[in-house]
Amino acid sequence: MASLNEHIVSSYEDELTNLNKAISEMGGMVEQAITESAVALLKLDHKQAQDVRLFDKKIDDMQQRINDAAVSIIARRQPMAADLRMVVTSIQVANDLERTGDMAKQLAKRAMQIESLGLAPKFYNGVKHMKELVARQLKSAIDAYLNRDSAAAVEVCSRDDEVDAMYNSLFRELLTYMMEDPRNITQCTHLLFCTKSLERVGDHATNIAAAAYYLETGRHLGAEEQQRQPR
Amino acid sequence: MSLESAATIAAPVSRPNAPPKMQGEKVGVFYGEKQALFDVDLKIEQFNVTSLIGPSGCGKSTFLRSLNRMNDTIDGCRVVGKITLDHDDIYDPAIDVVELRARVGMVFQKPNPFPKSIYENVAYGPKIHGIARNKADLDEIVHSSLRRAGLWNEVKDRLQEPGTGLSGGQQQRLCIARAIATKPEVLLMDEPCSALDPIATAVIEELIDELRENFTIVIVTHSMQQAARVSQKTAFFHLGKLIEEGKTEDIFTNPKNKQTQDYITGRIG
Repeated sequence: MASLNEHIVSSYEDELTNLNKAISEMGGMVEQAITESAVALLKLDHKQAQDVRLFDKKIDDMQQRINDAAVSIIARRQPMAADLRMVVTSIQVANDLERTGDMAKQLAKRAMQIESLGLAPKFYNGVKHMKELVARQLKSAIDAYLNRDSAAAVEVCSRDDEVDAMYNSLFRELLTYMMEDPRNITQCTHLLFCTKSLERVGDHATNIAAAAYYLETGRHLGAEEQQRQPR
Repeated sequence: MSLESAATIAAPVSRPNAPPKMQGEKVGVFYGEKQALFDVDLKIEQFNVTSLIGPSGCGKSTFLRSLNRMNDTIDGCRVVGKITLDHDDIYDPAIDVVELRARVGMVFQKPNPFPKSIYENVAYGPKIHGIARNKADLDEIVHSSLRRAGLWNEVKDRLQEPGTGLSGGQQQRLCIARAIATKPEVLLMDEPCSALDPIATAVIEELIDELRENFTIVIVTHSMQQAARVSQKTAFFHLGKLIEEGKTEDIFTNPKNKQTQDYITGRIG
């Protein structure tokens, strides 16, 4: 799709631009939440964990704002073609971002629970790597959406396999620690839930990438391009 | 399941091997020296609504009017290429134009009832085409045409009153009743709702949807929303050329051509 000309009605153009900005802003907020929740988890920082939980309220408000703006545009402007896809996908993407924010909140909650337990680095190294991979996926997906880059979107979707593979290997690793010493079970179970949350973030990133693909091409990701379903 | 049917509501009546009801091949129209339409290839599928959209002066009305040779009435107008109705070339000199227009009826932008009674407005066509054998026949045609046009209940007690005394929306439905009274196969509509309020427009749109069970409809409209609502196929014209045509839902969600995209989204082309 070649870059589009401006709308004849400039206030309509402004509304679409603002909607896109809101998605960009919300994407930034959610990336930040994921990063900070991971820091809270890895450093067992209670204050930071608390901040992430409070921040989630702002993310929820942002989703509400995006939905209201999108509904208002549909009602008043009857968007067509690429504009329609932009408005509809902004609702989808805001939803995935909001769910991702919830995952950040979950991670922060875990951080506060694990805090008193003390963690050995060998336990959380894998989680740290997984967090980095997932955060990259999320950023790439949001960028693909904002830059209308379907090739990048396809890449994000195909990389979801890596996230799933990492989740499976961490699952086995944490299980091994638990079998080694039953005293590890509490910590490792908490961490297991964290990896599950991160895996879910990866899925939301894939959804956002799929929305980015649809936004630019008007087609849904084909079967061959779609993420291989996790087992 | 319900989602399935919701998604396919606007789908064309697809009979892949069915021949098109009408077909234009390399249709060009000249007004004197000036060419208004260039090399248009378009198939009109039977029992579908095809909408023609595009900015003013794009040639959509010109194309519509060439489908029943209304352009013949314009001095210096010349049509090239080929237009067929059920494989018959409608510009063949052997074709009876009056009969052609009985088979391909037309409804205009402004309701234009004859200055006669409601009954006479509808009965006129069948009378001159000799469709009715007797008065009872004619009554039946008038009745069923008005009923199909969704006007019967509003006018059944005042059939002898002048058609011009009806409201704008009723007049337009009267014109539709008049057009379908001759039992045409194709109905051409040139912005049939542009002079009507939203309620009257909705009534006409509902009517179009019902009529397509029995008629093949081609509609020119300036309202993109209307094209999206009523038609199964959409053709976009620009500067006398057919730019893009396809399933209506594809044209309005994912047009292939940038000019189409610019036009339907309200951007400067």
